[in-house]
Amino acid sequence: MARVNQIEASLIQTLKEILSPDRVLTSAEDIVPYSFDGTAALKQRPGAVVFPLTAEEVSECVKLARRNNIPVVTRGSGTGLSGGSVPLSGCLVICLVKMDKLVEVDEKNLTLRAQSGVITKEIDDACAKVGLFYPPDPGSMKISTIGGNVAENSGGLRGLKYGVTRDYVMGIEVVLPDGTLTFLGNKCVKDVAGYSMKDLFIGSEGTLGIITEVILKVLPRPKARKTMLALYDSMDAAAKTISAIIAAKIIPCTLEFLDRVTVQCVEDYAKIGLPTDVEALVLMETDGHPTVVEEEAAQMMELAKANGAHDVRAAADEAEGAKLAAARRNAFSALARVRPTTILEDVTVPRSELATMVAFIDGVAKKHHLQIGTFGHLGDGNLHPTFLTNERDHEEMHRIEVALEEIVEETIRLGGTVTGEHGVGLAKKAFLKRQLGEGSYELMRSIKQALDPQGLLNPGKIFDLRN
Amino acid sequence: MPQADLLKSLDYSVLQQCMHCGMCLPTCPTYVETKLERNSPRGRISLMRAVADGDLDVSRALSDEMYYCLGCLACQTACPAGVNYAELFETARAEVEQAQVNTGMQRGFWRWLALNVIFMRPWLLRMVGRVLRLYQSTGFDKLMRKLHFFGLLPRSLAKLEPQTPRISEHFSNEVISPEESPDGKREYRVGLLTGCIQDLAFSNINRDTADVLLANGCEVVTPGSQCCCGSLHAHNGELELARELARRQIDSFDLDSLDAIITNAGGCGSHLKTYGHLLHDDPFYAAKAKVWDAKVKDIHEWLVQIRFRKPTAGAGVNEVTYHESCHLCHGQKVVSQPRQILASIPGLVFKELPESNWCCGSAGIYNITQPEQSQKLLDRKVENLRQAGAPVVATSNPGCHLQIANGIRSCGDHPCHEVTQPVTLLARAYHAERS
Repeated sequence: MARVNQIEASLIQTLKEILSPDRVLTSAEDIVPYSFDGTAALKQRPGAVVFPLTAEEVSECVKLARRNNIPVVTRGSGTGLSGGSVPLSGCLVICLVKMDKLVEVDEKNLTLRAQSGVITKEIDDACAKVGLFYPPDPGSMKISTIGGNVAENSGGLRGLKYGVTRDYVMGIEVVLPDGTLTFLGNKCVKDVAGYSMKDLFIGSEGTLGIITEVILKVLPRPKARKTMLALYDSMDAAAKTISAIIAAKIIPCTLEFLDRVTVQCVEDYAKIGLPTDVEALVLMETDGHPTVVEEEAAQMMELAKANGAHDVRAAADEAEGAKLAAARRNAFSALARVRPTTILEDVTVPRSELATMVAFIDGVAKKHHLQIGTFGHLGDGNLHPTFLTNERDHEEMHRIEVALEEIVEETIRLGGTVTGEHGVGLAKKAFLKRQLGEGSYELMRSIKQALDPQGLLNPGKIFDLRN
Repeated sequence: MPQADLLKSLDYSVLQQCMHCGMCLPTCPTYVETKLERNSPRGRISLMRAVADGDLDVSRALSDEMYYCLGCLACQTACPAGVNYAELFETARAEVEQAQVNTGMQRGFWRWLALNVIFMRPWLLRMVGRVLRLYQSTGFDKLMRKLHFFGLLPRSLAKLEPQTPRISEHFSNEVISPEESPDGKREYRVGLLTGCIQDLAFSNINRDTADVLLANGCEVVTPGSQCCCGSLHAHNGELELARELARRQIDSFDLDSLDAIITNAGGCGSHLKTYGHLLHDDPFYAAKAKVWDAKVKDIHEWLVQIRFRKPTAGAGVNEVTYHESCHLCHGQKVVSQPRQILASIPGLVFKELPESNWCCGSAGIYNITQPEQSQKLLDRKVENLRQAGAPVVATSNPGCHLQIANGIRSCGDHPCHEVTQPVTLLARAYHAERS
């Protein structure tokens, strides 16, 4: 299958002059591995992949692409789950993984400054060394880049207490679609000078600009943490526990759940001695000052029992905590092994509707004869219904489409969102308008139109520019 | 150009199992070095899949990529989806060999000499060993070095010369009888695999292995002449030769009479446990190979399984750290057992090695085929050993053993000055009980 390289040889030459020859990839063996990100079943081969080292180099590449009308897709480590960094056929991929300098940890202002290609975990590791804490912990944090996290506004397990990536971004350096290099925001906690422009770019999925550096807010590291596990005969009882905990004025840092299918898969795979007849497994964690943590943990365990948990365990130390967390940690791995293709969704509903939504998904799975394991974040209503399938089975893939459609309908009906933390990208594009309504959908498109009239930055992601 | 189609005929679900999530990237030594996707497990799998889909030709660049991979299998430990990378990687290497994209007389000659001739014939391998031993024991090697003889060789060969393993004074069959019985009650009867490099360079470790087995009630059966397990062949694209060696290996033991077949080399063990898959199409050997797989045990795995006796005396060493052979920890998932063995020795303080499961760069013959990348990994390992600060490092694979010994020797002032194996320390402790 021959594919036309839409980037002409003379442009490749210019790119090599702007960067250096070894930072411009064009051969099939070099670029086939950039045809996808972490999203299942999406694949397109780019024309070239380049690796800038500075914001100025990014700017030069963008200017060149603009002059020659070549689409640009920005990429970090390519772990996204909505197809946000899947290339367009023949496009220019700007990969930022080599812009990996952690510029400073400012202990006086509690901020951290890093280039976009720095790995998320390295940011928290650098914080930990001086007793600080960067809370957002997306599942891919060992390899995801901070630039990608900001562009996708990534979540993680600590959303309820600590929020998401957006809550930690104080400033960004960004290359605009015309190549202009600018800085939005600063280290000030208070700043009301004009529009909060940085917020426009957080979660913009590479469609409005290319983020090249970030200033992050960091926190003092919590001194203690306690892990607990509770098993339930109904998802309702699990959900009631959470409401009771929050009503008791406790904000736990982790409230994660696994449904029956997921618990069964975890037990099959990891053999950690879980009973397989439970309807919900809940992992709870509280962190902070040691005495407060002890007090809150005791209260949470009592509330779990009072609301119908038939088995509640608490870890005595970190090592035991890790054992209790094993079920949640293994959830995705266990599901992913069952069938060749794993489709991970992230519909999110208001916390109060979570039990309803889980029951609905269960019903959809039965109706369409599909394997769906659901796990996710009880505390913030973010669900991960995970479809276990085979992308080569077209008939089953069609049933998944129908099922997903029904899940999305119900999510919107319950006042939820089609994506809690993965982004719209290509995967959720079809549902966006339904959720947003005409008004805000058109507002988004007009912003895109204003900033990127040629539509060259990550075109076709989130929405199409024209109808 | 002849087009092989091994990847196309491979069960597609093995390729498809990779959901390209990227969790393997931070554990892959070559990706971490270059940050290029093609040098990563999911990148390589995407190339294999493109070949299987007919979207990519088998090229020299593809071959280079498959040989840049260490085959350390760290990706298999990190993979949430359980991708069988070992099978993919062996198939891809076999595909590039069959397609003959990697030409060059010299490469062809050395491959032929090593894979088709020497490592197919145990007697020839030992003869090579004897010649090397003579050369080393007469001091001829030192003389050659003094005369700067190696300066006359091509640079790549000259660089390898100091890495030549020191050949043991005796081979395994001279230090282990074909059948040895324990002093006390016989609880088990096991076969002992003596390996190739282990046999030539570390027959003492084979002796130590037999000793700890005997001390734990195992009767030990050790055929005097054993062939190569074939891992070298399988990892280098010669699956047919690997199958031939697997058949011979199975035939050299009376499987029914044995409770286990013991291996003490991480790299061999990982391959020895996959004969079932390698021979699944073989009408005569498929069933036997399955039984074989179930009986092959790494020595540490076996000792812990049979609740080995904790020694009452020390091993004469105060502090030890442990480097994990890739194919022991990632290939065989034997992680805690060697540590349990070290921890059982009285008076021995165990210090954890930073990045203990990061490849040391030995990786079979990788230090010969990719000396530059191999050296970078060795430097990283040597630095981590410096941080651990223990005077002794234990490991359980002859390749790692030689590589690390070369690494710390070339440092001069390294705090770690001895490379040994957990079974050797255990054997020393058992011996010390008697004195």
